[in-house]
Amino acid sequence: MRHPTTRAIHADPGREARLQALLAAGGGLRWRAAVAGAGVAGTLLYAATEFGLLGMQFVDGLGNLGSALVMMLPPSGYDQLPTFGWALLETVAMALLGTALAAALAAPLALLAARTTCPLGILQFGFRRFADSLRALDYLIWALVFVRAVGLGPLAGILAIAVVDLGTLIKLFSEAIDNTPRGPVEGVRATGGRRLDQVLYGMAPQVLPTMVSAALYMWESNTRSATILGIVGAGGIGYYLADRLRVYEWGEASLLILLILVAVYLIDIVASRLRARLIRGA
Amino acid sequence: MRPAGLGALLAHERARRRRGAVGLLVAAACLGGAAWVTDLDVTRVVDGLPKMGDFLGRLVPPVRLAHLRSDLAEWYWGLGTWLGLLGTTLLMALLATGLGTLGGGPLSFLAARNLSRGWVCWLTRRVLEIARAVPDLVWALVFVFAFGLGPLAGVLAIAVHSLGAQGKLFAEANENVDLQPVEGVRAAGGRWVDEIVYGVLPQVLPNFVSYTFWRLEINVRLATIIGFVGAGGIGVELYDAIALNYIADAGAILLLVVLTVFVIDAVSERLRLALAGLTDGGADGRPAPGRA
Repeated sequence: MRHPTTRAIHADPGREARLQALLAAGGGLRWRAAVAGAGVAGTLLYAATEFGLLGMQFVDGLGNLGSALVMMLPPSGYDQLPTFGWALLETVAMALLGTALAAALAAPLALLAARTTCPLGILQFGFRRFADSLRALDYLIWALVFVRAVGLGPLAGILAIAVVDLGTLIKLFSEAIDNTPRGPVEGVRATGGRRLDQVLYGMAPQVLPTMVSAALYMWESNTRSATILGIVGAGGIGYYLADRLRVYEWGEASLLILLILVAVYLIDIVASRLRARLIRGA
Repeated sequence: MRPAGLGALLAHERARRRRGAVGLLVAAACLGGAAWVTDLDVTRVVDGLPKMGDFLGRLVPPVRLAHLRSDLAEWYWGLGTWLGLLGTTLLMALLATGLGTLGGGPLSFLAARNLSRGWVCWLTRRVLEIARAVPDLVWALVFVFAFGLGPLAGVLAIAVHSLGAQGKLFAEANENVDLQPVEGVRAAGGRWVDEIVYGVLPQVLPNFVSYTFWRLEINVRLATIIGFVGAGGIGVELYDAIALNYIADAGAILLLVVLTVFVIDAVSERLRLALAGLTDGGADGRPAPGRA
């Protein structure tokens, strides 16, 4: 018996011609790939020399790095565990509040950024770009800005997370809205529902699980981001970590790093459980 | 459906609603607890709003249409320096992506459960996990101590994080390959390295390439902030501008950063799509939204 692939080849007469064209294109392609590869390799080599990767700075640094790692073991400062634990809790709480704030604002705004629900094309385009520009700047930049505006502490961190996530969630939510089947919405319209009814009864039941799942995912990833926001003074465990690293308290720093790793690991588990539950429940 | 089925359906619906209500209550309790832990004070938010508006307003100095050129020139007085620093930032991202991919690529074969086993697999997976789980800025703080202030520490910090992330994503791609070519190479007497190079690599290369572009986009964003801890790039200048209250400078730099990120994202997406089209790879060449 013929192999199914062989049969498929014989069933497709245009394939031979396409294959020839592909092979001809392949030669030029290989040439272009070689040039591009050489360009990238050259740039990398230039950067490596420029930044001191290929020199004594790197070699000397490795020695320092080794001694830092040795000094990190064993972790110390267990008497400060209550303080560190509280800071960790603050980190998780910052991520939660920031994500919740962003989700609450993003849900209505996503309606304006979605192709199917936005009344004006130009408005939709504008909202998408607005969301993109919120996302273009990292959490830490926003945190720095908000520390200037509202002072040191977790509030700056919450606002930073909320702003970046607003960008991400508007994008994710509006894509979810665009991807819903139109049937239920049209059904509500056919029975005389207004626009709001169409959104509430035709669309919301379909997109809500996706939205909650996206928000949960953001919370999880935000907890990782929130661990470092303290480095610029925006609350959470990062403040202690940056502080201990700056004064070379290596033992305490390694304890803090361990705490962060454990917390991130636990959040991973909790969030994936919740997501699995949500998908089953929906 | 039979009436008995209808009853079951109603009971199921009631249970679902109850679960939903409980879920909402738990979520509300969590938010309340979080507000308590972070000492959230709504009055402070409200008080901060005008200050924030003032700050955001000062990011962009008055630019009058009549004096457009001179106003812009005054705002962007440091354009040459800033463009130079942006160039450094891009180079840092590029080198870090290169190093991370060159390191993470080979390790991904050792970390793939179908290609490697025993303690090698276990150890590689743990190494990748640690490289990825320690936040990049923490690596940067440690590397600034070891390698001194400047871009080298930043490059290495981003590279280590990229190594962990690339290793994991690549390993997932490796775990999804068709093992028949691998067995073919083995049957022809190939060693393990031959199996990887001739059996696995051709299958996963398109994925590797598109993940690398994706990582480059992430790393450009990272390289703009890694300077906050002194690890080189435009972040150093941005941090100083904000810390020393040169708000208009900060605004000018922020705008440059946003534009750079947009351009890099667009170029990278183009290239990724072009390559995905050529190689018939994934739909848009973007990895599934896993934990990167």
